[in-house]
Amino acid sequence: MAAMEVTEENTRPNYIALLDTPEEKITILPGASADLTSVTFCIKEEDHTLGNSLRWAIMQNPQVDFCGYSIPHPSEAKTNVRIQTTERTNAVEAMAKGMDDLKVVCLMMKDKLAQRLDEGDFARMN
Amino acid sequence: MALEDRNRVVILEDRVENVSGAEFPMSFSDQGIPFTLKGFKESFDIKIIRLTPTDIEFDLIGVDASIANALRRILIAEIPTMAIEKVYMINNTGIIQDEVLAHRLGLIPIKANPDEFLWKRADEQPTDQNTIVFKLEVACSHNRDATPGEADPKMKYINSAVYSSQLVWDPRGDQEERFAMDPIRPVHEDILITKLRPGHEIICELHCEKGIGKDHAKFSPVATASYRLLPEIQILEDIIGEDAELFRDCFPPGVVDIVEENGVKRAKVVNPRKDTVSREVLRHKQFEGKVRLTRVRDHFIFNVESTGIIAPEKLISQALDVLIEKCDISKTALAQATKGNSEEDEE
Repeated sequence: MAAMEVTEENTRPNYIALLDTPEEKITILPGASADLTSVTFCIKEEDHTLGNSLRWAIMQNPQVDFCGYSIPHPSEAKTNVRIQTTERTNAVEAMAKGMDDLKVVCLMMKDKLAQRLDEGDFARMN
Repeated sequence: MALEDRNRVVILEDRVENVSGAEFPMSFSDQGIPFTLKGFKESFDIKIIRLTPTDIEFDLIGVDASIANALRRILIAEIPTMAIEKVYMINNTGIIQDEVLAHRLGLIPIKANPDEFLWKRADEQPTDQNTIVFKLEVACSHNRDATPGEADPKMKYINSAVYSSQLVWDPRGDQEERFAMDPIRPVHEDILITKLRPGHEIICELHCEKGIGKDHAKFSPVATASYRLLPEIQILEDIIGEDAELFRDCFPPGVVDIVEENGVKRAKVVNPRKDTVSREVLRHKQFEGKVRLTRVRDHFIFNVESTGIIAPEKLISQALDVLIEKCDISKTALAQATKGNSEEDEE
C-alpha cells in the first residue's frame, strides 16, 4: 500500500463523497414557462431528506404560490421539485432562496446545539 | 383556529385529527408576520435532556417535521464511518463459510475517526489515507492443561471462540503516528465472531473503507435514531374522588398525580412526557368530555443511540453539516443549470 501525498484538497472533512456528485445534478424539465415562474426541477441523487426540507423552506416564501416535490420512481435516484411563483420573482430565484434559507436554518440549529452543550444544563451519565 | 390548537395533533378514540400542519404564509387570516429567519431564530429551541457517552435525548422545538425527519434520515443513512469492506481469506477451515464470516466481520463497529480518512472509489488503489488494515489469525487447539473430562469448550480448547478483540490493527504509512493517541480498534472487545474447534484455523486480512448507511447498514453510525411528538393531556373538567384514582391508573406511573385540597382528591397532570399515549383513558365513559389527548406538532423528542464510533452530540452537529453540504452542492448545481438555460434563450 502506497503512502499518499496529503494536500489541502483531500484533508478537508467532507461528509458527502463530492466525487460522486453527478455532472448535471439539477436540470429544468421541459414545460417550464417562458418567464420561469412555473418550473419543475429535477435533482439527481437526492431523496426525501433534501426534497421535503427544501419544499418546506421554499413554501415559507410569500411569493411562492405552489411548491411540491415527488420521487417519480423508487429505483431512480431522482427528486422532482415543482415551484410556481408570482410575477414578482421566478422559480429559480425561489429555489435559490429556499436553499439559502435552509442552510441558515441548519446553521442556527448547529449554533443552538453548541450553545446548549456549553451551558451543560442537562443530566450527564456514564 | 387559535394558535395553541393549530399546532396540536388531536388524539381521539378511533382516529387522529389535525395531523398535518399548515404553517405557511397566508394559511390563516390571523397569522400575522410570515416566516423570517430572525423570527425562526427566536422561536425555535433545542433542549438537551440527557447525555451519556453513547446516548443523547434532546428536544427540538419549533421546527417543521420535514427538518426533524431530514435530521433523523441523515443520522441513519448519510453520516460516513469506517467499516470492514473487503476480507481477503487466506485460510478458513472453520464451520462458518467465507461469505458469511466476511459479512459478520463487516458488521463490527470500528473505532476510527472517519474525518481522518478519504473516500475510496472502486477504481482507486488502497492507500494509508483511505484504508485501515486489520489482521485476524487464529487457530484452535486442545488445551493440554485442561483437567481430564473437562466439558467446557472454553477450558478444553484454546481459541474455541473468536472475539472482536482478536482483530489486530496493522498500521500502514504514517497511521501509527497519526493515531498514536487513539489507536484504531473495534468499539467492543467482546463481539463473538465465530467458534472454532481443534484443527480449525482462520487467517485473513481485512480492509476498512469509508462509507455511508445508504450503501450498507454496517456504515450507519447509530443503533437507533428516532423522534416522537411531545404528548399532552388536557383536563377540561376537574376529575375528583375515586375517578381521580382511576384516571391516574390510566397512564404510566409518574404521568398523573393526585393532589388533595380541602379533603377532595383531584387528578393533576405532572409529567406528560412519560405518557405512552395508550388512549386507555378514552375507553372510560366517566371521562367523556373531561379530557383531551393531544401531541405538540412542533415539539420533537429525539432519541439517538450511537454505535460508539462517534460521540452522540457530534453526530447531531455532523448531521446538520451534511444537510448544509447538500444545500451548498445543490446551490452550485442550480447556478450551473440556469447558466445553461439562459444561453439557450439567447440562441
